[in-house]
Amino acid sequence: MSNEDYLKDISEIKHLMNKSSRFISLSGLSGILAGIYALVGASVAFWLVNTYSDGVLFIFHGWVFWTCMAVLILIALLSALTGVILTVRKAKKNDEKIWDNSSRRLLLNFLIPLMVGGIYCLIILDQGRYGQTGGLMLIFYGLALVSASKYSLGDIRYLGYIQIVLGLIASYYPGYGFWLWVIGFGIMHIMYGTWMHFKYDSK
Amino acid sequence: MSIITNINKLFDHRIRLGIMSILMVNEYADFNTLKELLGATDGNLASHTKALESADYILVEKQFIGRKPNTRYSATKLGKAEFKKHIEALEKLINKT
Repeated sequence: MSNEDYLKDISEIKHLMNKSSRFISLSGLSGILAGIYALVGASVAFWLVNTYSDGVLFIFHGWVFWTCMAVLILIALLSALTGVILTVRKAKKNDEKIWDNSSRRLLLNFLIPLMVGGIYCLIILDQGRYGQTGGLMLIFYGLALVSASKYSLGDIRYLGYIQIVLGLIASYYPGYGFWLWVIGFGIMHIMYGTWMHFKYDSK
Repeated sequence: MSIITNINKLFDHRIRLGIMSILMVNEYADFNTLKELLGATDGNLASHTKALESADYILVEKQFIGRKPNTRYSATKLGKAEFKKHIEALEKLINKT
């Protein structure tokens, strides 16, 4: 065997290891869009609260509160939908299966921390500890990303770390929760999505 | 040369190398998954898994999922160690020249 054959062997090994264990068709563009949705949603909430609640960031269980909740859910659904559509498109282009062992594992490992976080946030809201939710969302979303990163592009681990740190800061300073949420879900998504887009998609 | 002795003859084939690569990063994989990932035919894959099995590099488990027979493979400790040695030897060979 020649040197080139050995090199080919090594690259074949790497390729198979990645292909069999990681789902890599995540789209950077969906990160950018999710960030934009988050910024738009946050602006709407900010405007509502300042216009109709005298800037008291939450006279709760009034219509402003429920509208903010609806906006939040809408952001989550839109982001998820965009993510799925763009990922399916990219997977087709990469000739990667959309629903196989690696994507199943990815989804499972992402959803477990996320769902636990979601339920926990609802409990916290129900107990009236509103100030904590921004931080909790960031922390659990960050944990979900770290957990999912083992089964996808490893880079999303770092986005997870950033979200966790922002979440911890928000838990300590609940007053800044809103702005840290905007940084985490809005600005970080856009920055990260852009980076991922240029690193993986535009090739 | 000691480096040469670490090149494992058993891995000197694309399909076998592929089977081991997949089993290094997955707890186990079944026959069809391996077949798809490697683009091999049934007979081809079967003969290579047999070779690896008889060297105790992989473990074969036959079971039934519902009524369908299902064969799944996992790498043994020995297999993983030998594969690592093999890769290290490959890397050394490449770096040498």
